[in-house]
Amino acid sequence: MLVKGLLPVLLVILTCTALCAQKVYTKNGKISFFSKSSVENISADNNGVVSVLDEATGELQFSVLMKGFHFKKSLMEEHFNENYVESDKFPKAIFKGRITDLSKVNFGTDGSYEVTVSGDMSLHGVTKTLTQPGTIQVKGGVVTAVSTITIRLADYNISIPAVVKSNIAPVVDVTVDCIYDQKM
Amino acid sequence: MTRTSVLLLGFVFSGLSIRAQDHPAPDLLSAIDSQSAPPTSYASATFKTTRLINGHTVEGLGKGVLDFKISHRFGKLNGGGYQLWGLDNATMRMGFDYGITDRILIGIGRSTFEKTFDLFFKVKLLRQSEGDINMPFTVSYIPTMAWTTLKFDKSRKNLSSSRYSYTHQLLIARKFSANTSLQLMPTFVHQNLVPLATDHNNMFAIGVGGRQKITRRTSFNAEYYYQLPSTQLSGSTNSLSMGFDIETGGHVFQLHVTNSQGMTEKQFISNTDGKWGKGDIFFGFNISRVFNVGKQRRKQVTPSGT
Repeated sequence: MLVKGLLPVLLVILTCTALCAQKVYTKNGKISFFSKSSVENISADNNGVVSVLDEATGELQFSVLMKGFHFKKSLMEEHFNENYVESDKFPKAIFKGRITDLSKVNFGTDGSYEVTVSGDMSLHGVTKTLTQPGTIQVKGGVVTAVSTITIRLADYNISIPAVVKSNIAPVVDVTVDCIYDQKM
Repeated sequence: MTRTSVLLLGFVFSGLSIRAQDHPAPDLLSAIDSQSAPPTSYASATFKTTRLINGHTVEGLGKGVLDFKISHRFGKLNGGGYQLWGLDNATMRMGFDYGITDRILIGIGRSTFEKTFDLFFKVKLLRQSEGDINMPFTVSYIPTMAWTTLKFDKSRKNLSSSRYSYTHQLLIARKFSANTSLQLMPTFVHQNLVPLATDHNNMFAIGVGGRQKITRRTSFNAEYYYQLPSTQLSGSTNSLSMGFDIETGGHVFQLHVTNSQGMTEKQFISNTDGKWGKGDIFFGFNISRVFNVGKQRRKQVTPSGT
């Protein structure tokens, strides 16, 4: 009799954990990068980043279409795809990691939480382990992930010929800004 | 009843624990990727520049991009040591191409050969793509007008219209892989003045061309125009050219050998008279330098919802 009474309560709790700790995603997250050199500044924006965040486990994943980066100069865009990241061979950059200090984040309460994200980043056929600080913002139940990371091009086998060595920075700043407004 | 409840609960919990201890990095992305059709991906850089060798490629220029081109053809290789195998002589063409939009280009040029001006448009009608929109080819249409300003032969009656000739080309190209691209060029040439009374004013040709990348920044190119024999000028030969593209930043250098001396469509497609077998081979180069002069491209439009 006791068990019989408990069952609906347990079911409610189970459903709640499933609902409250949900998976959220976006298909139009933003990633930009910036290369500063004495000759010219190069920047590009990608507004179609796919990213998923599992609030229960802290799993955080990104899928970035390389051809989705748009430059101000069309020739830069062509060279980026053809000569540097080789988009035909390696169409996507993928990051699969997790928020290592998930306990700091309360997805139920509005606020800004400094976290650390660690995982594997695949770019241009090279996979590297990355650990980077970032910010999780919760506002009105919507989660936003913001981070700025630096990427050393040589780490990902992206070589710069001597002729344009002074045009392209060896380390570029990458800015991530994803609003997880979709629920799975 | 109680037993079934306990069983049910046990089942739910065991399911939950399995889920919690699942693989360390479950693939969350594939669930989303499979929800929607892949976005359309357009083939870019089917060729390195707007010219294959003498003729055009399907490529245009970005909006507001100016391409300054200098092209040289030295003399015939069979000129012998006296002419330093052709290097003593040269014809050249200087020209500007400008991207009005990402798909429409206008160009002007002046060749020393036959003192010819040329004016053309290039319109990209179709773009090779995969994904949401599938299109196997890139297709560009190029109408060209050439104006020859050589002094007239006074011994005959001359009309100012004799100086003009017109070319229409439809270029159909496919980038088969990152390294290999091929192009077909059906061509129509109309010349108001032809050398002989028995020559046709209208000429049809079909060109084939392609590029094979050797490294990321160099490629081997070839181009051949076959003239429909019943329409070609008497004594003319088909144009065959081979060469290399070398790209360095904003420059593209093209080095080649060809049996055509002229560099506008009418001159090399229908008025070539060099024969490879006899050593009528011209060494030449094109240099392209790109400048961003117009308004910079608009940033990508943010999808709705952000």
